[in-house]
Amino acid sequence: MSLTREQIESIAHLARLELNVTEIPVYQESLSRILDFVGELERADTSGIEPMSHPLPGLSQRLRPDVVTEEDRRELYQANAPRVEAGLYIVPKVIE
Amino acid sequence: MEWETVIGLEIHAQLSTKSKIFSGSSTAYGAAPNVQANLVDLGYPGVLPVLNREAVRMAVKFGLAIDAKIARHSVFARKNYFYPDLPKGYQISQYELPIVADGSLEIVLDDGTRKRIGITRAHLEEDAGKSIHEGLPGVTGIDLNRAGTPLIEIVSEPDMRSAKEAVAYMKKVHTLVRYLEICDGNMQEGSFRCDANVSVRPKGSDRFGTRTEIKNLNSFRFVEKAINYEVARQIDILESGGKVVQETRLYDPDRGETRSMRTKEEANDYRYFPDPDLLPLVLDDAFIDEVRASLPELPDQKAARFSEQYGLSAYDAGVLTASRELADYYEEVVRRVPGEPKLAANWVMVELAAALNRDGVEITESRVSAGRLAGLLNRIVDNTISGKIAKEVFEAMWTSGRDADTIIEEKGLRQITDTAAIEKAIDEVLAANPKQLAEYRAGKDKLFGFFVGQVMKATKGKANPAQLNELLKKKLQG
Repeated sequence: MSLTREQIESIAHLARLELNVTEIPVYQESLSRILDFVGELERADTSGIEPMSHPLPGLSQRLRPDVVTEEDRRELYQANAPRVEAGLYIVPKVIE
Repeated sequence: MEWETVIGLEIHAQLSTKSKIFSGSSTAYGAAPNVQANLVDLGYPGVLPVLNREAVRMAVKFGLAIDAKIARHSVFARKNYFYPDLPKGYQISQYELPIVADGSLEIVLDDGTRKRIGITRAHLEEDAGKSIHEGLPGVTGIDLNRAGTPLIEIVSEPDMRSAKEAVAYMKKVHTLVRYLEICDGNMQEGSFRCDANVSVRPKGSDRFGTRTEIKNLNSFRFVEKAINYEVARQIDILESGGKVVQETRLYDPDRGETRSMRTKEEANDYRYFPDPDLLPLVLDDAFIDEVRASLPELPDQKAARFSEQYGLSAYDAGVLTASRELADYYEEVVRRVPGEPKLAANWVMVELAAALNRDGVEITESRVSAGRLAGLLNRIVDNTISGKIAKEVFEAMWTSGRDADTIIEEKGLRQITDTAAIEKAIDEVLAANPKQLAEYRAGKDKLFGFFVGQVMKATKGKANPAQLNELLKKKLQG
């Protein structure tokens, strides 16, 4: 399977990756090869096999009791943020 | 051409858990920004979400109340989009295998007929944080306290045919989640909000028109106005030969119109996939049965019981069961005024509702308690006061916070039931109005009301109305 240039651009946009013109053909080639490799799975006969949503068969989600266990550590966490104001994380303007 | 409107709603209800859906942060409303956002909510690498049992229980409770299928096996999925109110870069939601599927509710239309509205699914997901623009020129502030608050998203079938039906359905869901005590229903705080999918098509067509989605409607009034605006807009476009564009729109309450919104991502680009951090959610019969046993009497069941037990009309029963608190108030009044369920219904629905509405208070904060209202109604029943005087007493109770008996005594409002006293008042009125008396006796029956009014005026409204009618008739006959 061969990916088009447009498909590569769209995938890069969705992943918020900036590709320059020389990189696009590189990804076109390598991602297509990965798809071909994974595509071999399509040759396996999966009729009668239930789709799996997790690779740990027989295990199910553990539930926790509804208890507040976290305390306010805002100062510590916000020390990692590039910009903070009045307790808010500041990001470039988001327009709705 | 005649057009038909087609509406489906996606309602987001915040579940009233103490902690978040995948972390132990508090969900309390109104805290200072980001003090309830921990490493899981902030999307730090290497953290592991662990599902809140109570959120699961609440979703199952909702599913049972709408007679839906509860999935024994459901799966959490990542919905990918980049937005700073969701720092992980994805929202944990459910996609192919939601916890609740295939339920329904009934709404009552204006003409009293009932209509079934299908509920395709209800799934568990996490809420996003809040973006703040005011007071921050050129940038956006992010508060992640809300990020990770559990939600159920309730997705209806496109079964509604007017804005009114959509509002009736939304109110029904609102009543239900509060009965179930799974959501506080506070729309101002955003605990209960909806997106409306709206399209129009030529009447009689069985194909859907192109739809638009109106986002984040947080009041019943806005839902109605936004849908009506959007329907008119789409019909205008179609009638002038244009095409409706499938898009997300925002309702602007100040301008009363919807406008196109910059889209987050196209729906097919969310790239849902099962979240590898979360195992499949498996529920056994014991869990579901336990939740079933905790279901309260549901609004429709309560309304049916009110109709039967208290002889109320379907409309009255519907109004009185709109909230559990109102229904409880009514039943307490009924218990204390035996044999008078209709009198109690009228007072709760008319006088009490008007006072609550006027002062903008909830039934739980009513200045006249159920016990006090019952005290007043008992004075009507035992003929101490007339219904008309009772309204005056009620107003005084509402403003002064005192009980009916105290007010009746203080203001001397006790009804006159003494025949001699009423007769005396009638005689005086007849003597003072000889012209009207002659006219009445000459056949002008309408004047009966005039005499009643005069006697009431003379007795300051305190004459027992039934006795007055009877005695007046006799006297007028001469």
